[in-house]
Amino acid sequence: MEATATETTAETSIEAVAQATATGTADLDPEAITLDCQAEKIFYGDFLAVRDSHVPIARNQITGFIGPSGCGKSTVLKSINRMNDLIPGFRFMGKVYFHGMDIYDKKVDPVAVRRNIGMVFQQPNPFSMSIYENVAFGLRLNRFKGNMDEKVEKALRGAALWDEVKDKLKNNGLSLSGGQQQRLCIARAIATEPRVLLMDEPCSALDPIATRQIEELMVQLKERFTVAIVTHNMQQAMRVADQTAFFAVDISRGGRTGYLVEMGATKELFANPQEQLTKDYLHGEFS
Amino acid sequence: MAEYNSLQRSQSISKPPTAGDMLANRAFRVLTLVFTWSIVLLLAYILYKIGGRAIPAVKEYGLGMLVGTTWDVNARTFGILPEIWGTLYSSLLALILGGFFGVSIAIFLTQNFLPRILETILRSIIELLAAIPSVVYGLWGIFVLIPIIRPVADFFNTHFSWIPFFSTSLSGPGMFPAALVLSIMILPTVAAISQDAFRAIPHKITEAAYGMGTTRWEAILRVMLPTAAGGIFGALVLGLGRALGETMALAMLVGNSNQISLSVFAPANTLAALLALNFPEAGDTEISVLMFAACVLLLITLLVNMLGALIINKTGIKR
Repeated sequence: MEATATETTAETSIEAVAQATATGTADLDPEAITLDCQAEKIFYGDFLAVRDSHVPIARNQITGFIGPSGCGKSTVLKSINRMNDLIPGFRFMGKVYFHGMDIYDKKVDPVAVRRNIGMVFQQPNPFSMSIYENVAFGLRLNRFKGNMDEKVEKALRGAALWDEVKDKLKNNGLSLSGGQQQRLCIARAIATEPRVLLMDEPCSALDPIATRQIEELMVQLKERFTVAIVTHNMQQAMRVADQTAFFAVDISRGGRTGYLVEMGATKELFANPQEQLTKDYLHGEFS
Repeated sequence: MAEYNSLQRSQSISKPPTAGDMLANRAFRVLTLVFTWSIVLLLAYILYKIGGRAIPAVKEYGLGMLVGTTWDVNARTFGILPEIWGTLYSSLLALILGGFFGVSIAIFLTQNFLPRILETILRSIIELLAAIPSVVYGLWGIFVLIPIIRPVADFFNTHFSWIPFFSTSLSGPGMFPAALVLSIMILPTVAAISQDAFRAIPHKITEAAYGMGTTRWEAILRVMLPTAAGGIFGALVLGLGRALGETMALAMLVGNSNQISLSVFAPANTLAALLALNFPEAGDTEISVLMFAACVLLLITLLVNMLGALIINKTGIKR
């Protein structure tokens, strides 16, 4: 029985690969795509982590990345602002077009990419400095000369944190609760008004109430930013994402390589998945 | 009889501990307890003895010794202010030099500038500096360092003598060579503890810094250094503690001259050097005065070390 199941999965996955590049993106207006991630192969050393994943990210929408553990969704997300460059042995084959320019072009400085594509991480990671300085960090980094107080307040309001911290801006960022810390990190990321905000499982370390607050915040944020979010939680993707990309792991060639199975408008994908693999995963029949 | 015994033994391997085993067990316990407490008692005894021997001097000359600047055995005038000054001045100079280089080395060895294997090799080499005996540093200072820095010192004295730090010429031993050697001696301590402080920074903080689009230099300056500041401060305080108590190299290099001068090229003296050089020929009164000086030195180093330990504890950085 088990053997048959594995075979089926393998077959399905190969089929899926054939269709992966074709599916999902048809309904997106090419003009609306802010960021076009075309990951052909992503390596960590000799390990092929991700292959054949074409994820267009539409402007002022939330694009959700879902899939089982090890399917490469975080790897793809972190490739979008070149965070993976910090990992020794990382190699990206493919292109990521951002405003028509490939950010993996040799002439592009990864630091400049990261300043335009902000990131919020799995663990809240405010710096050990005051709340104010945390938010002002990016502004100072970019030698912002205008009204700092105003920008900090705007970012904190944008992250739905202002009312809770306006009287204690001098307190250390680490003195806040986990959910507040994560919203502080969001404020820090949006203070410099990047075009795109990447969020790598931003709620996985938070309790349900804090998760709810962040989700509401994301929906507000998409009015000003383009958001891409990795989540383990399918309900979360359903609640917040406009577009959803489903990734899976391909174990057919002896490795554990992640790839994009299908992508589409969230409602469409959840109601009417094109791939058997997606159907199984959405119904919880896939580990 | 022999047969019977061997039979007995073969029946079972397990036996209750004998009276001898129990005795050894208890004796071992008592022994460790005695050793531990004897260290505490030894420290108390040292303090008591030195303090006790210092009392006659305090009675005779009073705390005025702390501010007196003359040390004349024949005139029975004893002042240790130049030594206190020299101790603090040499240690602070060494701290500035050693601290700067130590923290720089720590940054270089922890922030992915080098392949891991080179980091490890370099770290071991720097830690080896701590294994060189003090007297070897002293000899090296006299025969190698002083001839090397003499032209540099002359240059600064000729052209910048209006700056108080360079107001005298270097005649050989003096504050600068002493502080330089001292800075090398405290470098391993400062570098090792600062490295621990940098390594203790969670990876997520590093990620956050680079995620904001910092260059490596900005990440180090704006995030890593402030985050590791507590540990680095502790490292500096411990380095200062080492510098304050260092004796042999300083006795050989500092010039042993009772004067207070801002000039780094002037000869000076330190408490530790004073003690080392004056004890052999000291009379009863002088010994008492030296004991007092020892108490002062002990107090200074104790305070500095306690402060360092406190800071390291508070910031949660382990050595």
